[in-house]
Amino acid sequence: MRFVPLAVAGLTALALTACTAGKEAPPSLGAQPKPSGSAAQALPAATIELWHGFQTDAEVKAFEDAIAGFNKKFPQITVKTTKAVQDDQITQAIRSGKAPDVAASFTTDNVALWCKTGAFQDLTAVIKQDGIDLSVLPEASRSYTEFEGKRCMMPLLADAYGMFYNKALMKGNEPPKTLSELTELTKELTVRDPDGTIKVAGFIPSFQYYENSPSHLAPMVGAKWYNEDGTSAIGSDPAWKQLLTWQKELVDWYGYANLEKFRRSLGDEWGAAHPFFKGKVAMIVDGEWRNAMIANDSKAKSLDYGTAPLPVADDKPDLYGSGFTAGTVIGVPKGAKNPQHAWELIKHLTTDTDSLVTLSNALRNVPTTKAAMESPELAADANFKTFLDIFAHPKTSTLPASVNSVFNQDALSTFLTNWEKGAVKDLDAGLKDVDKRINDKLKLSGG
Amino acid sequence: MSVRPKRREGLRALLWLSPWIAGFSIFFVYPLLSTVYFSFTRYDLFTLEFVGLDNWRYLLQDERVWISAGNTLWLVVFMVPAQVIFSLGVAQLLTKVKAGAGFFRTVFYLPTLVPMVAGTVAFVFLLNPVGPVNQLLSWAGIAGPDWFGDAAWSKPSLTTLALWGCGNTMVIFLAALLDVPKHLYEAAAIDGAGAWRQFRSVTLPTISPVLMFSAVTGVIYALQYFTQAMIASRVASGATDSAGSVFTPGYPDQSLLTLPQWLFHVGFRDFSMGYACVLALLLFGTSMIFTLILLRQFRKGEEVLS
Repeated sequence: MRFVPLAVAGLTALALTACTAGKEAPPSLGAQPKPSGSAAQALPAATIELWHGFQTDAEVKAFEDAIAGFNKKFPQITVKTTKAVQDDQITQAIRSGKAPDVAASFTTDNVALWCKTGAFQDLTAVIKQDGIDLSVLPEASRSYTEFEGKRCMMPLLADAYGMFYNKALMKGNEPPKTLSELTELTKELTVRDPDGTIKVAGFIPSFQYYENSPSHLAPMVGAKWYNEDGTSAIGSDPAWKQLLTWQKELVDWYGYANLEKFRRSLGDEWGAAHPFFKGKVAMIVDGEWRNAMIANDSKAKSLDYGTAPLPVADDKPDLYGSGFTAGTVIGVPKGAKNPQHAWELIKHLTTDTDSLVTLSNALRNVPTTKAAMESPELAADANFKTFLDIFAHPKTSTLPASVNSVFNQDALSTFLTNWEKGAVKDLDAGLKDVDKRINDKLKLSGG
Repeated sequence: MSVRPKRREGLRALLWLSPWIAGFSIFFVYPLLSTVYFSFTRYDLFTLEFVGLDNWRYLLQDERVWISAGNTLWLVVFMVPAQVIFSLGVAQLLTKVKAGAGFFRTVFYLPTLVPMVAGTVAFVFLLNPVGPVNQLLSWAGIAGPDWFGDAAWSKPSLTTLALWGCGNTMVIFLAALLDVPKHLYEAAAIDGAGAWRQFRSVTLPTISPVLMFSAVTGVIYALQYFTQAMIASRVASGATDSAGSVFTPGYPDQSLLTLPQWLFHVGFRDFSMGYACVLALLLFGTSMIFTLILLRQFRKGEEVLS
């Protein structure tokens, strides 16, 4: 019988040690020799590992080209890249002590967790040491790369969201600047069959439609996600109610069932049969990358379209020109074998104008620094320029980092689905309930 | 008989069983105890803090646990019996087929070879509100439903998908049915038993172990139902994967949100591992209870039949 307590003690010990895997002290950022001033070669030779999420040949090549620029500065550093890496792989690798030297992520949803837990190293000291002026980055980009005072990420490239419109379907109308203009134009441009079936939609107001996520549409009314203390501001910020009231009115004009039938028949957002390419919808909210998708699609590239900032609430004209932004982030994970080398690479990729312009020209995402955006080398036609301007707009906003980012967006989206189909009778109470859910979860997460 | 040989025999048995005991301890007991331990902690994969019953208390206020548990229960109550009855029916029919038996067996088995994700995507495409199935129905004058877009139809649609892919169960039933001794049917026929009576009094008692196996594995599978529900709701909702967008599992109206999906979401999307452990234990406990109930019912059934 002595076996039982022994076994329990052994298993508990095992369980505890399982959580401390990978905790032996690897070098931390700043512990290794750093190049002083222009003496970049002062760093010893090393091979560093970089994980990123780019997948297609063109994306991978663009990234390799940007790294080639780094190799010219630091010939003694070899960069070994691994493509198509997802966030959970990065998290698991850090936890098990097998982290790469540099890791990049396409989403900003895990930045808060990574910063809070120290999974990615705080870059504040080396940024200060190297005299990097972060004010060249827009406020929003700074916001989604740090959490609770810890800057554990740098923005690599950004996405900005605005409006795309089909010039032929617009019938000579200018893109709307206010929500009431958007409503009016939607009604004017929508074409229906006699039985009410939608043939061409002016604008699809459903939150479930492709890029119409609450975070992308919130800047139209300047809606706030969080209070200063990290609790939910959705129920208390009247802007959300303003957005939802406007949106529901338009949904009801279409008829929810009609709109859903139309929306669900549209197919895949990423395929060649995109409804905007096929002239089934006149105006859409989308990211700057849609320009590249249109240009690269053999059928869509002849599409006569224009881009504009998102329309804004009638009583908030100062918001016009702003939009939503987020983007690729890159940092040095805990356990990186060569953190100083890693930082030099990140510094190059995120602050070197040539590198950013090379990447932006190849991937058609927005470069994050002011110098890169103003570079004459940047290929910026009128449709792409719209997004550069949105990105640079002082009121452009993002979804601030939160440890429960995915849960919070999910809680609101679930409520919005009920809202737009008419299952919510009391909007105020519903929004307060979303607050409660988010705040309860925050407590569970130790917030 | 002396005590020593007995003890030696016991030790020998233990030695032979030791690989199994080691595997059971490492891959079952240890993870189970760890899960219990982590359920009392706040654990985000990096930092660990003991929080007592906080995760368990949160369970009571987490509405989506009950929604997902309800959906999972629906699958257990409706999908599993439908699968067992359908597989048994098809197998029974196949035992009667004389010409082209091999062909029909292959045809019914083939769908199990289709990768789960591909099969689900194809089903969602076929059952799109303006897809091929509804086109065919409209030609027959029937207005087809929005299969994967209407909460009332989404789970029945998944059940249809499950029936389409139940070749494995069908093959097991077929083998069991072909194994029923012919002379029992002959004796029953001589006693004047009709087809239904033969099925009830000869076939069912003979294949009851296989029935029990199918029911138990079917229930456990339904309790762990994940991939098809996740893919179906993802594809049907047209969810996107760009910056500032998250996939809300369970489309439409959370009707396809199963407990394992919610567990996955909580653990691997929100990194609330402590709370995910609570959900894992809930799932484990439910599986145990269902299995015990089923085993007891079958034992009772066997006693009645014999």
